[in-house]
Order: sequence, then C-alpha cells, then structure tokens
Amino acid sequence: MVRIGAFLVGLFFAGWLLVSFLMGAVAYVSEPPVPTVEKAFHELPKHVAFSFDGPLGHYDKQQLQRGFQVYKEVCSACHSLKFVAFRDLEALGYNEAEVKAIAKQWAIKAPSVDPATGEASTREPMPADYFPKPFANNVAAAAANNNAIPPDLSLMTKARHHGSAYVYSLLTGYQAQPAALLKEFPDSKTPEGLHYNPYFANLNLAMAPPLTAEGQVTYSDGTKPTVDQMAKDVSAFLTWTAEPKLENRRRAGLATIIFLLIATGLAYMSYQNIWAEKKKAA
Amino acid sequence: MSFPWAEQYTPKNPVMVWIDEKLPLPRLAYNAVGAGYPVPRNLNYFWNFGVLAGLALMIQIITGVVLAMHYGANDLVAFSTVEQTMRDVNAGWLMRYAHANGASFFFIVVYLHIFRGLYFGSYKAPREMVWLLGLVIFLLMMATAFMGYVLPWGQMSYWGAKVITGLFGAIPVVGEPIQTWLLGGFAPGNASLNRFFSLHFLLPFVIAGVIILHIWALHIPGSSNPTGVEVKGPQDTVPFHPYYTAKDGFGAGIFLIAFCTLLFFAPNFLGHPDNYIEANPLSTPAHIVPEWYFWPFYAILRAFTVDFFFVPAKLLGVLAMFASILLLFFLPWLDTSPVRSGKYRPTFNKFFWILILDVLILGYCGGAPAEEPFVMISQVASAYYFAHFLIILPLISRFEKPLPLPGSITEAVLAKYGKTDGATVAVPAE
Repeated sequence: MVRIGAFLVGLFFAGWLLVSFLMGAVAYVSEPPVPTVEKAFHELPKHVAFSFDGPLGHYDKQQLQRGFQVYKEVCSACHSLKFVAFRDLEALGYNEAEVKAIAKQWAIKAPSVDPATGEASTREPMPADYFPKPFANNVAAAAANNNAIPPDLSLMTKARHHGSAYVYSLLTGYQAQPAALLKEFPDSKTPEGLHYNPYFANLNLAMAPPLTAEGQVTYSDGTKPTVDQMAKDVSAFLTWTAEPKLENRRRAGLATIIFLLIATGLAYMSYQNIWAEKKKAA
Repeated sequence: MSFPWAEQYTPKNPVMVWIDEKLPLPRLAYNAVGAGYPVPRNLNYFWNFGVLAGLALMIQIITGVVLAMHYGANDLVAFSTVEQTMRDVNAGWLMRYAHANGASFFFIVVYLHIFRGLYFGSYKAPREMVWLLGLVIFLLMMATAFMGYVLPWGQMSYWGAKVITGLFGAIPVVGEPIQTWLLGGFAPGNASLNRFFSLHFLLPFVIAGVIILHIWALHIPGSSNPTGVEVKGPQDTVPFHPYYTAKDGFGAGIFLIAFCTLLFFAPNFLGHPDNYIEANPLSTPAHIVPEWYFWPFYAILRAFTVDFFFVPAKLLGVLAMFASILLLFFLPWLDTSPVRSGKYRPTFNKFFWILILDVLILGYCGGAPAEEPFVMISQVASAYYFAHFLIILPLISRFEKPLPLPGSITEAVLAKYGKTDGATVAVPAE
C-alpha cells in the first residue's frame, strides 16, 4: 500500500515538474528573456587593497583617522552613524581629551530636554553619546535629499556584497552614461536629479558625487588628499564602523586555532594509541 | 537493552555506590555513552556526526542563552540590541558569530549524519524508530533555525518571515486566517517577533528531549555499521568508552577547527549582507533567499510554475516542499532491500550518488535568483528527487542483485587489516 501510494505521488510530482519544465523550456526558446540594462551595465566592485585584507590583516589607524575626517567633513552632512559612539573613536588612536574635543565640536548637537521647561532642546555631545543624526526623522531626510533617504553608514560595508570595495567603487565610480547604454536601451536615460554609477545596483543613484576634487579635505598627516585616497580612507573607516572588533576577533582566532591544532593532535594520538590493538592484523 | 556481554557498572567509591542506590544516573550514563555500551568495532568517520550534532546543539544552547540576556524582542529595538551586543558586550561579537555560524555547522553535521543514514541504510529494520525520531529532530531544527533567523530583525529576517508564513497562505480557504494567526497580525511585526523568540528559546530543549529518545531507540538494537551486517558476538564490538569517546574526541577537534576558522576569520561568509539592513516593510529586497541550509527545499518550492487545473502552482510548490521532507518518514518501507549498506548494493549506489548530486544542484538553484535557467534546472532536479525516493528506490530494492556480504563484522575488519591465520572465525551470538 505504502509503495503504491508513494509511486502515485512520485509520478504526479515528477510528471508535473517535467510538464512545467517543458512549458518553461518552450517559453524560453520562443521568447528568450530580454536582457535588462542593469544586467548589461552593472559592474562588480573594483579590486582595491586594504591593510585589513586577508585573515591576519590589521586596521591602519592613520588611515582610519583620515577616513573619519572625510566622514566628518563630507558624509556626516547627510549620513548618520547611529551605532558608533564618540567614545569608540579611542580605537582609532585618539586619547580621551581628543575624543572629548571631537564630541564637543561636532557640528550637529545632541538631542536633549531643556531642564527648566521640559521642552525639546539640544546640547553639546559628550563621548558617551552616539553620533547625532543629521536629520530629525526620515521625512526631514527625504525632504532635504530629493526624496531619497540617506542610509545610515554604521554597517554599510557589511550590508553590501564586497562591502569595503563596494563603497570605494561607488565613491569613485560616478561617470557620464556610456553612449553604448543609450544606444542599446534608449529608455534608460538617467532621470533628472539622479547620477549614473555602474557600481550601484540599479545604475542611477540619488547621491551626487560626494568626493569631487583633490584637496576637498586637508589631511594633517601630510597624505595627499586625492579623490582616490579619500575614497579609500573613508571605505576603511566604514569597515571599522561596521566591524570594530575585527582585530580582537582575528587575534582570538589565531590563538584558538593554534590551541585546537595542538589539542586535536593530542586527541588523534590518544585515539591511535587506544585503538592500536584493535587495528592490527589478527 | 544492549548485548549480554556489555560491561557492568560496578562503582567502587562509596559515594558512587551510595548515589547508585539512590539515583542510578551515573549507571545510565555508563550504559548510554560509557563502557557499558558495546558498539561495532568497524565504524568509520561517518559515525562521528551524531556526537558532533550533540556538540553543535550544546554550542547553540550556551551561546543562545547568553545572547538572550542581551537581546530585546521588540521590533523597535531588536536590530539595535543585536548590534549593541556585537559592540558593547564583552565577547558579545564572539557569542553572536558563534551562534550564527553554529547554526550552519549544526546543519552541516546533521546533513552528513543523514547522508550516513541514507547510504548505509541505517533507517532499516530494526532501527526505523531511530530514523523517525531523527527526522522529528530535523523538522524541529528547521523550525528553530527559521525563527532564530527572524530575531535580528534585518531585511532578510523580515522578508523571510513573510515568505515562509506566506506558504501557509497558499492553503485554500483556511490559509490566510492561518497565516494571520501564526504572525499575530497581517504582516510580520512585534507580535510575530515575540512569539518567534519565545519558541526559538523553547524548541532547542524540545530537541534535546527528542535526542534522548533518539539515543534510547538506538540503544535497543545497538548502532549500525558500515557493512550493515548485524553484530554476532563479543568479538564484533568494542566498548563505547574509551574506543569511541577517543575517536569522537578527535572528530570534535576537527569539527572545532573548521567551525572556528569560519567563526573567527569569515564570520559573515554564510550570511546575507541584506540582514545588516534593518527590517523595512516598505522596501522589498531584490532577491529574498533563506539561509543556505534551506536552499534545496526552497528550490523545490519555486520549481512549480504551472497550475494543475484548479490547484494553483504556489500551493503545489508548498505541498511538494513539505512532501520532500515528509517522504523521508516512509523511507524504511520504500526501500525494502534486506541489504543495508550501499557498499553492497551496486545499483542503489549509482542512483544514490545521482541523488547527492541532485540535492547539491537543488541547493545551488535555491540560492540563485528565481530566473532562467535556474528554474528549469530546479524543475528537472526536483523531479528526480521525487522520482528517486518514491519510484526508483522501491524498484531497485525489488530487482537489484546485491554483492556478497562479509560473514561478520570481525571478518570485514580482518580482511581490511590483512588477516593471516584462519583461526578467528565469527562465532554467532546465542
């Protein structure tokens, strides 16, 4: 009974799947899928080398500080960093007093309550505060940015495939729409107010090119602030904001793996030792 | 239970004697996973994965209990409490990554455990109950993993919950009320998150309970072995401890090395980037995909694209997906060959490896976007999946001519290590 029932169920599922396959195949041949503009022109991130690449790479604190400066002077006007607190900046090599000063001088004030009236007010941020958001809410953010909400950047490099390289490629990838694209897809002209960028999933991005000219920020360590350098530095900084414990993790991992290799070696030897009698020819 | 020649628990320490009289728990452990459990002497490394699955469950429970101390099951804060755990809790990143990757490793070892059962015919009499309970554990694991993936409340959490509960919505008439009842609303929200958290915390302990039944059921006939020939006498077995505890210790080492390599050096390799974006009901991700361990089933679900008369394709997909797992419950009665081990079944062997390849292809298609040619490939692969278990396997069992089996486990072992004299011939058990 079980086998007859199973046979019928199997025949039904397998048969109907093959019918679906044949119908799909006929449709595929008679009306081949039309290539989309995204399929044809979207590009994978560029190859770019960072100090934290590879299983044992480290952050370059100088670079993180430079990247932080780019965030502070360029990105922070629109993008929040809500999971990062000023106190976290000590990991970039700033001391306590410097962190205090950075918080105090931050352009956006922290939301607060007026102690006298109880009304909403603002105050100077403190090291314990998270980076204040540039817009009060999503409506304000959309209104100020041509109806596009600038995403929070705390986790950006983990929220995209090839995160660090993606941010770098996006920042350096703005270009005029290729003539070939317009020829092949005449309807896909970048709409007014958007910007063509082949590294962006749908090719047209609301954000105007943020890094436009050499010297847009002035690095105190003497590094030449080319667009490429700034993009690389801010990508490194955003890798840190997304994965601040990366170095602890790799250090702990190395110790763990060494320990496990030794322990497993010993376990193997005791296994062989215990079984020695049983594994011999009689 | 167990064989008559099993070693007996004889406590010498007066404290242990006293405990044994009052509550013979040490005796139970001794007979279950100690020297009191005789196990075939010829088990290969595939027999390590049961213990490894137990280890993976322990890792999940320990890391999970710690994570629950820092987690806020509320749709407004869930995403941020997970991030705060990663950033501000001592070793919080370790707990979180260990739990996320631990789930994957739990499935890796369980899939290998199931593979072992399928190839070596462990589901056959007299071990049907072990197999059935194992499948119950597998279903509970899937439910637990699905609900756990919702908890961080990222984009994939949210949309995954929506798609999976939407499967129930495909059932005619009662489907939509069931979906609303499951979610506690018309879309995933705070009510869904809270109940998923509650159940995600509960189910691992239910799994632990069913594991006890699984081991209990196993101890009645005793463990199977790669030859599929039953134990015939004391010369065929060794005590679980120290022989298999030592081997499992080595296996656990290898498991932990693989687990820690991923955990410490590529913790997001098996995850999806979209889950680092907070859940947003207004923005649907381009491709909604579940975690990798659900991909083969997801491919079967999406393989149905054509309505069968009045039955919509979506409902067929849902039925097929559930059927693809439920059919495994009938396996002991579909495969009627008296020979257990695939080693001695030449025809079964060929089709078995086609099945493994087929499931890998289904897995690949399940993770790929729902576009051609992946849909067509999953249709053919799903058709084979059903045909294999429901049509081919019963036919093979009927017509296959198996290879000669070794006379006993000992004979097989001695053949492997180069037996010299003919003195050691298996003595049948009385």
